[in-house]
Order: sequence, then C-alpha cells, then structure tokens
Amino acid sequence: MSARTFAVKQLERASGEDGLRPGDIVTAEPNLYMSHTASWRCIKTLERLPGWTLRHPERIAMVMDHVSPARTPKAAGFHRLCREFADTNGIETFYDVEAGISHLVLMGNGHIRPGQLIIGTDSHSTIYGALGALGTGVGYSELTAAWVTGTLWMKVPESIRVELGGELPPAVHPMDLMLKLIGDLGADGATYCSVEFHGGHVARMSVSQRMTLCNLAMELGAKCGYVPPDEVTDAYLAEAGVAPGDYEVLLPDEGAEYRQVVDVDCDGLAPHVACPHTVDNVRPIDEVAGTAAYVLEDANPRFAREVDVAAGDVLVAGRHFGQSSGRAIAVKALAATGVGCVVADSFARTFYRNAFEVGLPIVELEGVSAAVCEGDELVVDAEAGTVRDERTGETLQGRPTDPFLLDMLRAGGLIAMRRA
Amino acid sequence: MTGGSAKRSPGGFGASRTPSESAERLASRLGGRCLKLGDDVNTDILIPGRYLVSIDPAELAEHAMEPLGPDVQARLKAAEVVVAGRNFGGGSAREQASTCLIGAGIQAVVAVSFARAFFRNAINTALVAVECPEAVAAVQDGDELHVDVEHGVVAAASGEHAFAPYPEALRRIVEAGGLIPALARELEEARG
Repeated sequence: MSARTFAVKQLERASGEDGLRPGDIVTAEPNLYMSHTASWRCIKTLERLPGWTLRHPERIAMVMDHVSPARTPKAAGFHRLCREFADTNGIETFYDVEAGISHLVLMGNGHIRPGQLIIGTDSHSTIYGALGALGTGVGYSELTAAWVTGTLWMKVPESIRVELGGELPPAVHPMDLMLKLIGDLGADGATYCSVEFHGGHVARMSVSQRMTLCNLAMELGAKCGYVPPDEVTDAYLAEAGVAPGDYEVLLPDEGAEYRQVVDVDCDGLAPHVACPHTVDNVRPIDEVAGTAAYVLEDANPRFAREVDVAAGDVLVAGRHFGQSSGRAIAVKALAATGVGCVVADSFARTFYRNAFEVGLPIVELEGVSAAVCEGDELVVDAEAGTVRDERTGETLQGRPTDPFLLDMLRAGGLIAMRRA
Repeated sequence: MTGGSAKRSPGGFGASRTPSESAERLASRLGGRCLKLGDDVNTDILIPGRYLVSIDPAELAEHAMEPLGPDVQARLKAAEVVVAGRNFGGGSAREQASTCLIGAGIQAVVAVSFARAFFRNAINTALVAVECPEAVAAVQDGDELHVDVEHGVVAAASGEHAFAPYPEALRRIVEAGGLIPALARELEEARG
C-alpha cells in the first residue's frame, strides 16, 4: 500500500474503502454533524423528505450560536423550533444560546476526537483539525441528508504540507502566521485541499493556537486543516473528559504524496493584517496606517463610520470579548474609532488590562448582551459598574472599577499616569 | 430547452428543480445570455448574511448580488448564465449563495474556478457549475452561451470550449434535481 496523507486515511476510515486517491468520490459516514442556529433550515428541509427518520440522533450536535441571542422575534422563533425539535427527537447534544461559540463548545466538552470525520454548517468547521479530526463545512441540505442517511458524498482531497520551523517572536501570533500564509498562497491557494501543519513549532503550540491554524486554513479555500495529535492533544482531551482509549489517532504516513510543501520560518515573522477587500490582501502591520477604519469590519464593514463620537456610543458584546491575541493595537484601534465605552458579559484578561492601559473605559457585566438591544440608549457608570438602559428603565449591576484602574482611566492610560 | 426563451419561475419553499426538469435540461443544452463578473465574487456579495433568515429562492433572489448595486442586479435577472473568474463563491458555506442564483433564474455558472463550499452547494441544489477558463476568457458580458453538461462543452459565438464533465456520482445528484429531491424520491420509493 502506498504512503497516504491524513485526509486519504481518514476518508478510507469514514467510507470503509481502501486504496483511495485524490479526486475519488466516496460515500462517507461522519461521526458528528454540527449545526448552529442555522439548524432551523435543516428542520425545515426535513419537511420535504416524506417519512424521514434520524439515522443517528446521537451524532447530531446543535449549538445555538451565530444568530444568538435572538435580536428579532423571527430569530427567537427559529431558536424555539430547534429547541423543541431537539427535545422531541432525543437529540442530547444540544447547547442553548448561552453556551458559547459552537466549535469551542463542542471541542471543550469532548464531542470532537482525533481521527473522526466532522461536518458542520459553518465554513470554519476546519477548526476540528486542531484535535486531529477531519472537519469540514457543508450546506444545510447536505447536513439534513446526513441526519437522515448517516452519510454524505465526499471528494478525496489533495494535501498541502506546511512545515513550521523556528519560533514565533514575542507578540507575533498564529493569526499573523496564517495571514502571511494566506497572503502568500492566495485565498484560493488551497482550494479543496487538506492542509497539514507539521514541524517543531506546531508541537509547541497549545490546542487553542492550533485552532487558529486550522480555522484559518479555510481562508485558503481548504476542505480541512490538520495538526497531528500528540501529548498536548491528549492533555486537552483529558480535560474535556475524553480518555485516551476513547479515540484512535490517525497520522499521515512517512513519504505520503503532497501537492505542495510550504516551509515557513517563524523566526522572521512580523504581525500582519488583512486589508480590504479580500482576505489575501495581507500586509505587515507597520505598513497599515489608520487601523481604526478596519475595526470590527467582519461584523459590520461600516462600524468605524457609524460610531457617533459626539454621542459617546457604547459597544455591547458577549463573553470573552477581545480573546486570542494580547495585541494592544486591538484596543488602540477600537478607541480610535471614538467609541466611548465597551460593556461586555466578560473580557479576555489581556484585553481587560490593555483597555485600562490605553484609557478606554470598559465595564464587565454578565448578561448584558442578552439584556440590551442594538440601538438602546445606555448610561454607563464605570466607577460603580452600572448600566442603565433608557428603553427598559432597568439598571444592571456589573463589576465596579477598581480605584487604581479608575485613576489610570482618568489619567488617560498607563503611560499618561506615569508621566503625570 | 435552449436559452434566451421564457425564464423558469423559481421553485417553492427551499425547492430547486424538479427531477424531470433537471434531467431534461441536462439531456439538452442549457444557457442563454450571460452576466460576466471578475475574480473573487464571494458569498457576502452573492447573498449578504442579513438575508439568511430565508431559504426561499424567490425571496433570496431579490437580494442576490445586492452589494454590486441595482444595475448588476437587473442584469442578473435578465441573464441565464453567470460567467466569473477565479474563486467564485469563496467565504461562507451558506447554501443560499447557490439558491439565490437559482431564484434569479440562473441555470449555470461558468467560472475559472470555484470555492469548495460553493461548488458542493451548487451540485446539491442542482445549479450547474462548471470550470472552463477558456470560455471565461472568450466571452463578453451579455454574450449568449450554452452549456452541454453531458459532453463537457461550453458553446458560444467564440466557439466550443471543453471542460471536464462531472464524475458520475455528481452528475446523478444534479440529474435528480439536487440532493434533497433525490433523497425524497428514495424515501418515497422505500415507502412504496
């Protein structure tokens, strides 16, 4: 038998066929079908299938993320439809609106295991490669078909091998590495390919960093991303309640055939950003002036222009606002848009620190993202940690600001305070 | 059916095409007037995220290519074929990127290359999507062109341009009118 890549081995496992080659089309049996708030589309699609039954209800995983919490009665109705469907049909893997980001919820709770095939109604389902699974995004019709048949057609992909050598310098993150790769290879540089990440630097990465690699592989057009499981993976899974005996790791064979091998020297990398209007328009951050214009553009391309500086607009967010990188530029750019204040259910630690050091008022208030609607008038008292919603007349109590941090805010940040 | 004739009315709730309609279409040529676009037409351009509250082809068609402005939208509605450059349909895995084109009366997309998720969604909703760089280079916006899926030929005033025909497994899905209609028929037959 010739040496095989991870993707070939996984699809042989998932289809029960031997001797597969890139380009072959197989009928595969996914181990898990992930759907977010788009699950309602699958439920509606079932109505077109006479006498449907669910082949493996235990393989259906719904996480009420994406359009969450509901901003309109229509969206709330979709959530209810999913909730009732899960309840009626014995779908036990159901996480409601408060659970978090779909992929992280499933990985963190032990639903994703090495060597598995996972399909999801989200293009970034490639993220499951961080645990050595083949994760890939699909449309709602095909996910619905998998609910009923337990199978889905899959093309065996070619593979690209990325070798990460050296060590990322301080303040340079896997995000920068992936942006550089996307800039070099192009947004279609890995279309329909499996992208395997190897090399000494990958072995030293946390699962969360590996998630960044695999998640962003999709931005290269990839079908899936993959990091070979190791003791880091085992430790993550153990914490998620998965014992080593509960999964069967798949590693690519020595000498497997790759369409392309890309060597990346991490040592020389600088922070990078993707500029409008394509994800592969990537430049080193130093070349990009006026970052404020790009703040939150993925959520709303007009964000920076819509901020009403005179009114002191308040940005409201959910949990873990500002997580991932510790870059202060995230806070500086946000402050530069003229936003008066950020209120969130919770903040990532580094963002919280950076905000005070930059002089941007922030208030942590669990539940605020569910309680407040877009466009509400808010009155924020950072010192007391309170937010009054003028629409409802309700005052919500969050975390008061520590007097030391309050002084820092009043001084205009850490540097200004030290100079004073 | 040859192109330029009456436009097919969009299907019902989430429907794409009836199996007989698709089989007939594949047996003959499909096509007509084209709308020609450039590279990297992504899913946010095809159907912005705020409209994903619908899966109805007719409703979605109203907002197809909205970011490109009313002129392009009008030309899309008058066209039967979309011709595009590299990486058509990149970005999200949203199936509505294909459904909205079906709703707008598009029978085929001829591109230099497709993003993976768009190509899958096109096959699964029975929208003909073929990669034919030669045809893309040869035709102009507004030209008539026809796609012969069975023989792998795009025919235009510029001549006949070959492309690799679909593998059997994918052709069967398209012929059946898409993945869901195919499965519905299977289930119907199983029930007797």
